[in-house]
Amino acid sequence: MNKTVNQKAWLFVLPVLVLVAFNAIIPLMTVVNYSVQETFGNNVFFWSGLRWFEDILRSERFHASLTRQAIFTGSILLIEVPLGVLIALAMPRKGIWVSVCLVLMAMPLLIPWNVVGAMWNIFALPNIGLLGKALNAMGFDYNYTRQVGDAWFTLILMDVWHWTSLVVLLAYAGLVSIPDAYYQAAKIDGASRWAIFRYIQLPKMKRVLTIAILLRFMDSFNIYTEPVVLTGGGPGNATTLLSIDLVKIALGQFDLGPAAAMSLIYFLIILLLSWIFYTVMTRNEEG
Amino acid sequence: MARITLENLRHSYSASPSGAEDWALKEINLEWQDGGAYALLGPSGCGKTTLLNIISGLLRPSAGRVLFDGEDVTPLPPEKRQIAQVFQFPVVYDTMSVFDNLAFPLRNRGVAEDAVQARVREIAEMTDLAAMLDQRAAGLTADGKQKISLGRGLVREDVNAILFDEPLTVIDPHLKFQLRSKLKELHHRVPKTMIYVTHDQTEALTFADQVVVMNMGEVVQTGTPEELFERPRHTFVGHFIGSPGMNVIPCTVEGGRALVEGTAFETANPLPPGTPEGVFEIGIRPEFLRLAESGVPATLNSVADAGRFRIADVTCLGHRLKLLVPEGREIPATDLRLAFDPAHTWLYRDGWLAGREETP
Repeated sequence: MNKTVNQKAWLFVLPVLVLVAFNAIIPLMTVVNYSVQETFGNNVFFWSGLRWFEDILRSERFHASLTRQAIFTGSILLIEVPLGVLIALAMPRKGIWVSVCLVLMAMPLLIPWNVVGAMWNIFALPNIGLLGKALNAMGFDYNYTRQVGDAWFTLILMDVWHWTSLVVLLAYAGLVSIPDAYYQAAKIDGASRWAIFRYIQLPKMKRVLTIAILLRFMDSFNIYTEPVVLTGGGPGNATTLLSIDLVKIALGQFDLGPAAAMSLIYFLIILLLSWIFYTVMTRNEEG
Repeated sequence: MARITLENLRHSYSASPSGAEDWALKEINLEWQDGGAYALLGPSGCGKTTLLNIISGLLRPSAGRVLFDGEDVTPLPPEKRQIAQVFQFPVVYDTMSVFDNLAFPLRNRGVAEDAVQARVREIAEMTDLAAMLDQRAAGLTADGKQKISLGRGLVREDVNAILFDEPLTVIDPHLKFQLRSKLKELHHRVPKTMIYVTHDQTEALTFADQVVVMNMGEVVQTGTPEELFERPRHTFVGHFIGSPGMNVIPCTVEGGRALVEGTAFETANPLPPGTPEGVFEIGIRPEFLRLAESGVPATLNSVADAGRFRIADVTCLGHRLKLLVPEGREIPATDLRLAFDPAHTWLYRDGWLAGREETP
């Protein structure tokens, strides 16, 4: 078979190329450019090599943000994935309640992120917020603007509220695609509830759960708007996650070089972890 | 092992069935001997899968009882009935090896590990799976997976019956024959009651000693393949079994004799003299309709070659009929005469075989 040569085809790819160039390649290259230069203002730049990268990787401030970020992402994954699967298992498979549950589940996902932050900011206020006031009335000394533990509690609770639905919806989609015959066969084989979950439901949900974990990992590692509106990174730096810290360096202190270097390190961490996770999860799949 | 009795079984998927069409099963009474090979044959939607699921306990019937060896098991769930079922689409536990798949029903019931080992190897040998015990079940072909399903049924020694729900649907045609022979062979080695649901007459007639033909939620006839062929109790059985199906001609009855357009026909089940009520038809299989020197005149429409014989399509007394002509027998182009074999010409009243056999 001869390959047809048709150079005109490139024209059709052009719009996508332009789009990707403007929203990804050019901005990324700008960041690369900043990350290897030093400036003292007036648009004058000096070559500085890999100095910013070394600085960032050695900086205690970066280590602290990265640790907080890891704790945050780890916690929400550990809560949201099992919780999401449990809720999906408990949801009805037939009848009108299916739609009701799906709509309820989709609601938090539809709310703009800054609104979520603002809602929880007010909801958790110890003097007027429903949650804050209730907790205090129950005898807890709760104040998320002053106490580190309370701030983390509120932050994680907010994310769980906002994003568990995503895991639920994906897991539910995986569950309903399992043919009845599997459950019938398992019944006949005398499988326990746990065995049904372990050998039928979990394997059939593997693909969607891989996607869910990847999405939740990337999104939570990038999270900015909600914590900034909720706690602003405080009290002190207690909830300053990587993205919040990055914005402080880039726009607060206007240290473009270090901020650019940090962005790239940040980007590479997400890319690397996602790639490892995906490779491991899909390694044994042949059909 | 058990004798299976179905008593006055009825089932409806609707909560408050009103008309006849609401009943997936109308009134089933059947008795199956221990160790027999049975087939449930019928078109899609005739209720055969519903019946199978009631026997295995996946469905509770709306009315009636299921008895195993005379003991009522109607309220028991599937895992308490010691039943195995092979489904239309192969069900295997993807993440397990073939070995673990076969061992699953035993391990779930707490069988000791060395007994599991021995039994699984024995069954794997029977089902030709011995060479792939360590493979992952997900990697097998459709027929391999179906063998695993079958093996999971055979592995439990206390199984009362093995139910098959159109198990060859997703199997490649050239493997269907192999798997079917395998089933037959297994039934000889492991004489458990086997019930095989299918809409394919070849599968049913080759597998089973007794075939139950169902239509619209009713059992139309139960019998050996020969009985179904030679003496269909309902015109539906005549149509459904045989290729081509039975010829059915509307007729009237006068003085106990069947008349088609004024021509009298002798039937194997004559009615007593009188003018009984009902809609009458005579039925004769293409195999028992012959070209003859003298007989009922007919005109030839077409001839189709079917290998060892030819199928002639003729018009006789205003009705289209089919007959089988053996190889080498010449078919005259004009002045065709047909002979009806009286021993295989049956009279039907309202669809059912008339006379003694009338009540279903």
